[in-house]
Amino acid sequence: MAAWTAVAQILLAAGVLVALYRPLGDYLAHVYTSARDLRVERGLYRVLGVDSRSEQSWRSYVRSVLAFSLVGVLLVYALQRMQAWLPWDLGLPGVGPHLAFNTAVSFVTNTNWQSYSPEVTLGYAVQALGLAVQNFVSAAVGMAVAIALVRGFARRRTGTIGNFWVDLTRGTLRVLLPISVLAAVVLIAGGVIQNWAGFTDVSTLAGGTQAIPGGPVASQEAIKLLGTNGGGFFNANSAHPFENPSGWTSLFQVLLMLAIPFSLPRTFGRMVGSHRQGYAILGAMVTIFLASLVLLTVVESRGMGTAPELAGGAMEGKEQRFGIAATTLFGSVSTLTSTGAVNGMHDSFTALGGLFPMLNMMLGEIAPGGVGSGLYGMLVLAVLAVFVGGLMVGRTPEYLGKKIGPREIKLASLYILVTPTLVLAGTALSFAIPGVRSDVESTSIWNPGVHGFSEVLYAFTSAANNNGSAFAGLTANTPWFNTALGVAMLLGRFVPIVLVLALAGSLAAQDKVPATAGTLPTSRPLFVGLLTGVTVIVTALTYFPVLALGPLAEGL
Amino acid sequence: MSSPRTTWSHLGVALRAMLVLTVILGVGYPLLVTGLGRLMPARADGSLVTDTAGTVVGSALIGQSFTDADGAPLPRYFQSRPSAAGDGYDAAASSGSNLGPENPDLIAAVEERRAAVADLEGVEPAAVPADAVTASGSGLDPQISPAYAELQVPRVAAERGLSEDEVRDLVAATTGPDLGFLGQAGVDVLELNLALDRLAG
Repeated sequence: MAAWTAVAQILLAAGVLVALYRPLGDYLAHVYTSARDLRVERGLYRVLGVDSRSEQSWRSYVRSVLAFSLVGVLLVYALQRMQAWLPWDLGLPGVGPHLAFNTAVSFVTNTNWQSYSPEVTLGYAVQALGLAVQNFVSAAVGMAVAIALVRGFARRRTGTIGNFWVDLTRGTLRVLLPISVLAAVVLIAGGVIQNWAGFTDVSTLAGGTQAIPGGPVASQEAIKLLGTNGGGFFNANSAHPFENPSGWTSLFQVLLMLAIPFSLPRTFGRMVGSHRQGYAILGAMVTIFLASLVLLTVVESRGMGTAPELAGGAMEGKEQRFGIAATTLFGSVSTLTSTGAVNGMHDSFTALGGLFPMLNMMLGEIAPGGVGSGLYGMLVLAVLAVFVGGLMVGRTPEYLGKKIGPREIKLASLYILVTPTLVLAGTALSFAIPGVRSDVESTSIWNPGVHGFSEVLYAFTSAANNNGSAFAGLTANTPWFNTALGVAMLLGRFVPIVLVLALAGSLAAQDKVPATAGTLPTSRPLFVGLLTGVTVIVTALTYFPVLALGPLAEGL
Repeated sequence: MSSPRTTWSHLGVALRAMLVLTVILGVGYPLLVTGLGRLMPARADGSLVTDTAGTVVGSALIGQSFTDADGAPLPRYFQSRPSAAGDGYDAAASSGSNLGPENPDLIAAVEERRAAVADLEGVEPAAVPADAVTASGSGLDPQISPAYAELQVPRVAAERGLSEDEVRDLVAATTGPDLGFLGQAGVDVLELNLALDRLAG
């Protein structure tokens, strides 16, 4: 593999993202701040019985988010259980209760963890009516929460942070839907299928038979990536040739994952009235992103490990049309956002290569993170970074003119404790409860030794951070994993959202204090370094011991 | 704090919102994309390919096994990569092996495949490229590396009574990397074997 191709693909992606940054970021700001409703939106608000002019307190906003998500879980659960009575079921039976719970939670929380193999589990009706709809609205919820937090910084002395139903509707209809239609057409042009034909049996050239699958794949694929969801129409996800047929479709999918998360700092900068603040957040995101991507690509290209060295390269689980550099780019992007799609199997990465997707998720998916969740995660870390900076110089910390007091710090601290608690507790319990342990070891774990431990650690890291990728050898369709990972996904999504909205409410209620000579400037390289450092140190301290038991033990 | 009444009203709005959005996003959107896909029917329907008789024999994007009923390679055909999809290239069961780099099963499989390929092609084991001894992520990889194709040229040419250069001309129709740097070069095995059959008439 020539190193220049690995660099060239990154430069092309960077060029497109740079070109999108202002127009897309400004468009998003316009969408969420415009006073005008579209005609179709007015009709929708009438059906909902919502006054688009009325604003919500943070508590009311939380209730709307939770009510909407609860309805989503119930609907997707019901659709799966009733699959046999739906059209286009492909003759598949209803889904069992544990798996239906896990899958419903998974898609509502923007995780798209898949304990099941889609080809043999879900017909087109559940995929389109249930899963694809959640792919849109879970992404719109993430953006809404991020925008609500930004409003908290931008506003002063107010009790409200926006209207959830308006934010949800606009994000869906003005952003996600139009881009998805365009992206789906591009994907079809690249060879992604879009039909309702079921399986077509053909006689192969060698005289065997093959069942060629059909399905509305392109429509689902577009929002799977744009909404940083990641749930594949097929078991092999974006490694499947019908989901991702060529080198250029793979880069296109990478761009879909990154477009909104990397443009949101612009939206943030515009809404708080300082583009330089947006660039600072972007700077920290880009620093972590590039470091992780380069390290993974170098490690995987070196192909260390017994099997890769014997084979002459780490090509197990990778597609010929992508090769190593396009697979590590996709894997990095997928886990640095909250997508979790894969175009190669992470379980078969080299030992140290497999460390990076895990580490990316453990960083909290903030570089650039999921649609919305990446920005609010990074802003919480910015609050912490300002606090740490304040401790160093002995001043009351401020960020964007808002005093960072005890309440703000408590909320931010709780936020960064939630996912590590879920990851570490879930992994530990899998091995600590005797009955569970024997089931995990005999049924679920696929690879022997420390790699098997890594499969479990990866699963809880992915679920709690709402990523959805896996060391996919793990058989997760068991009562323990379906339930425990389902709970991790729910708490990993909604506890942080409640804390972020509480933070938004607390900030919005404050007045702004003018910057003084003692204020830490948060739009300079120094702050980018501080923010990057706080992010990396918090993650490293939290997860180093458990990583030493898994990928580090295997790779060193 | 919330009274039961406001909680119910939140749920009512949520239910109406979910239903309306399901109609727009779950019905309207996929149907709209399906309609637009009709502008490119060959692609939307799976890039199906036909043999000389005009019968559909598969998809240009989905790999196949070129083995007999017992799994032994058919020497007149270029061979695909190993596959973990079902019993091999089962398009209804896409999957990678998910075997880790230190898994003894994978190490043994790589050894075995390398010996088998070296034996079939009559080359040293060290000459066998990585893609020939590893299963892809999907188990449906339609391609092999140009190096693995080149390795198979002498055998296929001998089996078919063609010169190596005649076969090599067909192999030269590689695809990728797109734009010269996106992904990497590969040879579509089904299309290559179809072209060989067409040559035989």
